[in-house]
Amino acid sequence: MNIQHNIESERMTFWERIYLPEIGRGLALTFKQMFQPTFTRQYPEEKWIPTGSYRGRPVLVLEEEGERCVACGLCSRVCPALAIEVRAAETDKVKERYPEKFEINMLRCIYCGFCEEVCPEEAIIMSKDYELVFTNPQDAILGKDKLLIPIAQLQDRLEFLRQYR
Amino acid sequence: MPQIIIDGQRIEAAAGATIIEAALLAEKTIPHFCWHPGLSVAGNCRMCLVNVGFPKKSPDGQPEIDSDGNVAIQWGPKLSIACATPVADGMVIDTEGQRTEHAQHAIMEFLLINHPLDCPICDEAGQCKLQEYAFMHSNGKSRFIEQKNHKDKRVPLGPNVLFDGERCISCSRCIRFADEIAKQPALTFVQRGDHVTIQTFPGMEFDSPYSMNVIDICPVGALTSIDFRFHSRVWEMSFTNSVCPGCARGCNVKLGIRDNELQRIEPRTNMHVNEYWMCDAGRLEQYPYVNDNRIIEPSIKGKSSDWKSALESCADILKAYKPSEIMIIGSARGTNEDIHATVKFARETVKTHNIDFLEHRDPIFADEFLRLADRTPNHAGAIALGLRPQDHGVNADNLAQRIAKHQVKVIIAVQEDIVGHPEFGANASSVEHIIAIASNHNATTQNASIVLPASTYAEVEGTFTNIDRRVQLIEPAVTTKENERHMGMKMSRWDKLGAFNDRWTQGERRNSRPTWKILTGISEACGHAMKFTSAEDVFNDIALHNQHFKGMNYASLEENQGLRLDKASEKEAKAVIYVSHVLKPQV
Repeated sequence: MNIQHNIESERMTFWERIYLPEIGRGLALTFKQMFQPTFTRQYPEEKWIPTGSYRGRPVLVLEEEGERCVACGLCSRVCPALAIEVRAAETDKVKERYPEKFEINMLRCIYCGFCEEVCPEEAIIMSKDYELVFTNPQDAILGKDKLLIPIAQLQDRLEFLRQYR
Repeated sequence: MPQIIIDGQRIEAAAGATIIEAALLAEKTIPHFCWHPGLSVAGNCRMCLVNVGFPKKSPDGQPEIDSDGNVAIQWGPKLSIACATPVADGMVIDTEGQRTEHAQHAIMEFLLINHPLDCPICDEAGQCKLQEYAFMHSNGKSRFIEQKNHKDKRVPLGPNVLFDGERCISCSRCIRFADEIAKQPALTFVQRGDHVTIQTFPGMEFDSPYSMNVIDICPVGALTSIDFRFHSRVWEMSFTNSVCPGCARGCNVKLGIRDNELQRIEPRTNMHVNEYWMCDAGRLEQYPYVNDNRIIEPSIKGKSSDWKSALESCADILKAYKPSEIMIIGSARGTNEDIHATVKFARETVKTHNIDFLEHRDPIFADEFLRLADRTPNHAGAIALGLRPQDHGVNADNLAQRIAKHQVKVIIAVQEDIVGHPEFGANASSVEHIIAIASNHNATTQNASIVLPASTYAEVEGTFTNIDRRVQLIEPAVTTKENERHMGMKMSRWDKLGAFNDRWTQGERRNSRPTWKILTGISEACGHAMKFTSAEDVFNDIALHNQHFKGMNYASLEENQGLRLDKASEKEAKAVIYVSHVLKPQV
């Protein structure tokens, strides 16, 4: 019979087969780690703050005179996951148009950042917010009340975007 | 007939045609802003510049041959505008070459000098000729670094049209439309030069009944609809072919739907009926009819009910009375299918001769162009299908007397507000039972024993017969519980990919049915089933039994943009369909 043998136990030496030295080596590594500096964090007591390049939850920029968004609907069109729904209405301001309704379904959002990229007004940008927990699907649809964030809190991202404009 | 060569393609043009017209017949669109086949030629946008030449001739009269063995062409010293240059025999036209392209790039750069580029705000974005040509016929660069001109924005030209001077590219389409089609010469250019803008003459406003067509023909977003402003982006709507039910003209329209709500109505080119236009009333009157005050479920004596029990109680009422005591009021507002079902229902199920329809004539509405006094879309169809009393049955004229004499005890009112009718309204409320098949709440539905919600024209498949006896097809655009899985319904990206928990998919689904289906349901409950399962079924039955409709079917109606009664087999010359805004989603 033409059978090729390659059995693990046959390949191993005596010392390897009794395992004890390997267990000792494994435990040595474990005990060594106890005295190394730690990388894990005590989340949520201790939180990581991402840099400007991080793509968290998309938010709308709120300036002093109001939102930047003019409800052009490009973010909604470009969104590959159809997470964004925009309804426009008219105002008396110079920019005649504003979003009457702006909803992002965070269960659909894939954080691709296309909405930010396509926005002609730099009105929707990716924030540092990664804490997204919902207890029912309706809560995951964020309206304007949750999306509008004052521009002061978004400086890191806006500066990051400026480098690549 | 002059023979011309456009981009190497030899075509035979009509004598006297311009280059742009000849090219359109050869299915080649030369870029243009100001030219419109329905208007006179202005030639002021210069976008349609093309390179025109003729074969060189040697002294002996023979065509000269160049070194490559081709016929040598003597090109014109300058380019010509295709919209105003008539074709001549032997003409060679180059619409894609370097010289033409260079001119197009230059014109685009020029037009964009003072254009504000506020596409994110502008309602026209997505169906804008300027946007489209900036994408297709421009090099995308501008050398203009100075301050742009500022002009008046948001100026109402009339009750329905808003003008934005900065976006205007001065093509004069709207001015020519007002002069030539609307016959209300109210608009003009003022301050010629680089501050040129459009105004109404002092003390005038552009309030022609056709004023809203300028919104459709405006190549940019300078003219926008006051009624529609910012309701939806064009790519978020689905567009379904339909026919306006506002009067007997039957203008071809497109219905723009978003979130299952009618957002926009715009004309669809049909050279046999409305050409490129429609009236303002045709748009503005239809939005509330389809969207507001709708009956959303069947009800018995004011209590909401389900279809089965509502239809059964209809049958109970009909069985309790003699056929001669039952009056059926059909409607010329219904489709041919509805009318056919009404007639069949009266003759075969109820077996009554009391059947008629009401005329809705409004002489004030009529004019010399498209609008007609007859405000029902299917008067000719109602006559052709025999929606008239037989053997001295009760008709609309003597209905009031017969009710007073207690000869009519049950009225089935199809899409008619008989209680609100000025002539016999007071009498009508005194009959024992009214069965109302209606789409909107009105006085009749309040007095009715049974209310059955009917679908409007935006929700059904069917046909209308217009004043010229042309049978035209309509398709369902708005979803109801009944047509939810209708084959071939136009859908936007959001409609296609939305899930049940997406809020935009949660637009109201009304529990309404087409009239023919309701009548089929009642006849079934009465035990005399009319065996119709679809609107096409009903129409095929009409085509089989009615001489006028012989040879018609839905496919041929769609293909020929409608067919005339008795003349289904006669071939009409096929017109070229000009679509002004090409980039627009044509779904």
